[in-house]
Amino acid sequence: MASLLQSRTPSLSFSSSLCSTPVIRPSVSFLKPRSGPRIPVVRAKIREIFMPALSSTMTEGKIVSWIKSEGDVLSKGESVVVVESDKADMDVETFYDGILAAIVINEGETAPVGAAIGILAETEGEIAEAKAKATSQFSSAPAPSAPKVEESSPAPKVDAPSPPVDAAPAPSTPGKVVATPYAKKLAKQYKVDIGKLVGTGPFGRITPEDVEKAAGITPAPKSNVAAPAAPVASSAPASVPSKAPSNFPEIPGSTVVPFTTMQAAVTKNMLESLSVPTFRVGYPIATDALDALYEKVKPKGVTMTALLAKAAAVALAQHPVVNATCKDGKSFTYNSNINIAVAVAINGGLITPVLQDADKLDLYLLSQKWKELVEKARAKQLQPREYNSGTFTLSNLGMFGVDRFDAILPPGQGAIMAVGASKPTVLADKDGFFSIKNKMLVNVTADHRIIYGADLAAFLQTFSKIIENPESLTM
Amino acid sequence: MQSAISLSLSPSSSITRSDCSVAANAYLCTPRSLRFCGLRRKVFESKSFHSLKVSTRLVPCSRESNFNKVCAALQSNGTPSKGGFDYDLVIIGAGVGGHGAALHAVEKGLKTAIIEGDVIGGTCVNRGCVPSKALLAVSGRMRELQNEHHMKSFGLQVAAAGYDRQGVADHANNLASKIRSNLTNSMKALGVDILTGTGTILGPQKLKFGKGGSGDTFVTAKDIIIATGSVPLVPKGIEVDGKSVITSDHALKLEFVPEWIAIVGSGYIGLEFSDVYTALGSEVTFIEALDQLMPGFDPEIGKLAQRVLINPRKIDYHTGVFASKITPAKDGKPVIIELIDAKTKEPKGTVEVDAALIATGRAPFTQGLGLENINVQTQRGFVPVDERMRVIDANGMLVPHLYCIGDANGKLMLAHAASAQGISVVEQVSGNDHVLNHLSIPAACFTHPEISMVGLTEPQAREKAEKEGFEMSITKTSFKANTKALAENEGEGLAKLIYRPDTGEILGVHIFGMHAADLIHEASNAIAMGTRIQDLKFAVHAHPTLSEVLDELFKSAKVKVNSSSPIAQPVAV
Repeated sequence: MASLLQSRTPSLSFSSSLCSTPVIRPSVSFLKPRSGPRIPVVRAKIREIFMPALSSTMTEGKIVSWIKSEGDVLSKGESVVVVESDKADMDVETFYDGILAAIVINEGETAPVGAAIGILAETEGEIAEAKAKATSQFSSAPAPSAPKVEESSPAPKVDAPSPPVDAAPAPSTPGKVVATPYAKKLAKQYKVDIGKLVGTGPFGRITPEDVEKAAGITPAPKSNVAAPAAPVASSAPASVPSKAPSNFPEIPGSTVVPFTTMQAAVTKNMLESLSVPTFRVGYPIATDALDALYEKVKPKGVTMTALLAKAAAVALAQHPVVNATCKDGKSFTYNSNINIAVAVAINGGLITPVLQDADKLDLYLLSQKWKELVEKARAKQLQPREYNSGTFTLSNLGMFGVDRFDAILPPGQGAIMAVGASKPTVLADKDGFFSIKNKMLVNVTADHRIIYGADLAAFLQTFSKIIENPESLTM
Repeated sequence: MQSAISLSLSPSSSITRSDCSVAANAYLCTPRSLRFCGLRRKVFESKSFHSLKVSTRLVPCSRESNFNKVCAALQSNGTPSKGGFDYDLVIIGAGVGGHGAALHAVEKGLKTAIIEGDVIGGTCVNRGCVPSKALLAVSGRMRELQNEHHMKSFGLQVAAAGYDRQGVADHANNLASKIRSNLTNSMKALGVDILTGTGTILGPQKLKFGKGGSGDTFVTAKDIIIATGSVPLVPKGIEVDGKSVITSDHALKLEFVPEWIAIVGSGYIGLEFSDVYTALGSEVTFIEALDQLMPGFDPEIGKLAQRVLINPRKIDYHTGVFASKITPAKDGKPVIIELIDAKTKEPKGTVEVDAALIATGRAPFTQGLGLENINVQTQRGFVPVDERMRVIDANGMLVPHLYCIGDANGKLMLAHAASAQGISVVEQVSGNDHVLNHLSIPAACFTHPEISMVGLTEPQAREKAEKEGFEMSITKTSFKANTKALAENEGEGLAKLIYRPDTGEILGVHIFGMHAADLIHEASNAIAMGTRIQDLKFAVHAHPTLSEVLDELFKSAKVKVNSSSPIAQPVAV
């Protein structure tokens, strides 16, 4: 018997269930179907025909037509009603034999998924009773599209997303609510009660942004060409952030500034990085020789960034595994090019212009290329391949005096190098002589699925040798 | 034999249909009279056996003189035939209908004049189909570029697409002036006299034109065609200020893109504008007097179109309501639209938006035509005509030598229908009886994707089948199975064929999908020529093309008769 409950099947048969009072305490109502003075062992059933979920995105359906009319005898597998979902019209068949006692939702009307749309009686004797039930339901919920079942049952099986009783009253604000078409659509999608919103649009109307804010969604960057429909993209983040704000107490006077596209992209990458097992290896490197070289080539337009990128590229050429990527968690992807992405802070954001083939270009070309990339980045004119084709990332905070820091590995790359400031340091050599030399700390974060400690150490050793004997960089 | 026929036909078709082909006059020395439009199969059959003489045989009198006449037409736009008239034919209104008639008339050797009080090209070219196609071309691209998912599925990356409103508006305006000058040049090249001013009929075969007053010029003509077209219909209670409450005339100039616009009427015009506005970032509210959106479309197509063109977009709608009063935005208030129930007339609340576009249809432009001088009473502004476009007067009698084509007669308010009617009239005044088959005239709505149709809708066909007692069948094919559509990632679409299984006659074809407007002609030509499905099944379509959607459609039809004309003789390759 219990199997009859909510037997929603992949085929389009409606799920139908038990008896009089919709869904409360099924075990009891089974044995005692309805309020009348009935014998508990009665076998007869009155089933509700539910609005089926015809697609994963369907929240409500419209009755296109009833193929059967009230009083018709139905046999299992017969088409009873045509339902229009957001995708298509579909015939819905019955799962049970019986008589269509009453139609609750008429043709052209809409009901949410799971709501009763008709009543199925097993025998003729029950028709009248079923009808009575239908009318009682109907009168309790006059609006055809209002959820039917939930009102009488405090804990309905079909979860009403919003508390039905509380949500029902009309908007408390006097006067009518003006909301734009898209705002209304979003409100429906995110189950936001539009009557409770305060519009911030022109003439006080409720805009799509107002609804998104109420739903806790980062509004899409406002452009004159907002995407016509992005339910796929927006529904996923919708569930996560909508919960998040409730965990934090609200501090009065705070302002909320939505992420820009760039900031949203950074956030996405940072979250993705959590799925990669990383580790870090640090290495001190003497930079006197590098500094000397830098002084020499500086007048020719060479920047420290170019020097470091070049050095990293030359070292990577000898350690291809550090330049590799783990894409699927099952294999190494060895990149044929060494593309050094360099993290740059720009206008409150972060972008990583890429020096492609950094091992092959000479220092001067590299420096020139870098200059162009930075200019383009400032003008927001970087092409996608100019910021997303990196195979290794370099992040340098040395200019701020940071002595060491820890970088997060960007998705799609094997390793990232964090470069600290070069500082005069007292060093003791193996003969016990003290000297003062410039030293910087580099710290590399790597994906341990493909790059192991020894790999990274060997790479850093090579890198430090290059930095300490930088002449080769100018060749 | 087959090839000879097609040779003699091809030049003629290039003139009839292409409004702008200046080069067409190169063909003029070849006399010809075969006309496609609505001509039934019998024309073909009776003439086709004398391949080389096909064209001259059609004019019954003297083929020699006809030949000379047409050649002469090149130089002098003919000379008026006997009777002492200034012209053989005067057309009032130089829209697409008048233009089509004028070109055909010259070709027929008639001395022709066309009167235009405004700009050449009429509504279609200046304020209708032409500039709207320019806007829709933009909206189609915008839509595609904004659709990240769609682009991604191609492997394309596009940074946020934007647009420059003035640039878009200029494109529409430039297109209109280009087509207008093409149209003007084509008539000038043929020697059609373009008379400037408002034309007024003074009596049978007599009219005047000018700016009114004493400067008017009087002319006489053997036959007169009224082709004055239509203007946007603005129901009473609606105040059009041209800024926040506009008609299609204003909207096509795209002077601003409102954040939220209400479109009153969800027919072709409203639907196309909703496509433009939503692509440019506006939100749209439809107000439709009938109970469902897109009345006039086949219900199944309408439903699918709603699913694709309305529901996923930033559009909502009120159906079954009239906009009883629309007040333009002023004094810091938005546009206010008062709604009443279409049946009970009860108030149904108000809608406040940034702008309102009135797309409730078009009203005939027949004022000042002097119809009272010949005792013609318009019906709701339309000039009453019979099936041959002959004007009917207040007593139900035909007015001799007076015809009315296009929107002014209200039979089928489409530019190409007007042109076809004009050609039909010219055929008649040249002595060939001709009745246009309106059911063969296709219609299209240039949304993304497009909608097109020809013939009857399913309910109309069902009614006809019941009344006349024949069997009716329906078959459908989907764009999802078409290689080309899938290559374009545009699998959303449906083609529907309504036909008689007993004879193979096509009753109607409806297409919703990519390039539907271009695909419909295979069906409309078949209806016009009376080609049956069993014969169409043998026609070959290039693979892979969208035309295979129709190929499959025809092949999926279950016709109970065999092909009527199998190709008997092998053709050597």
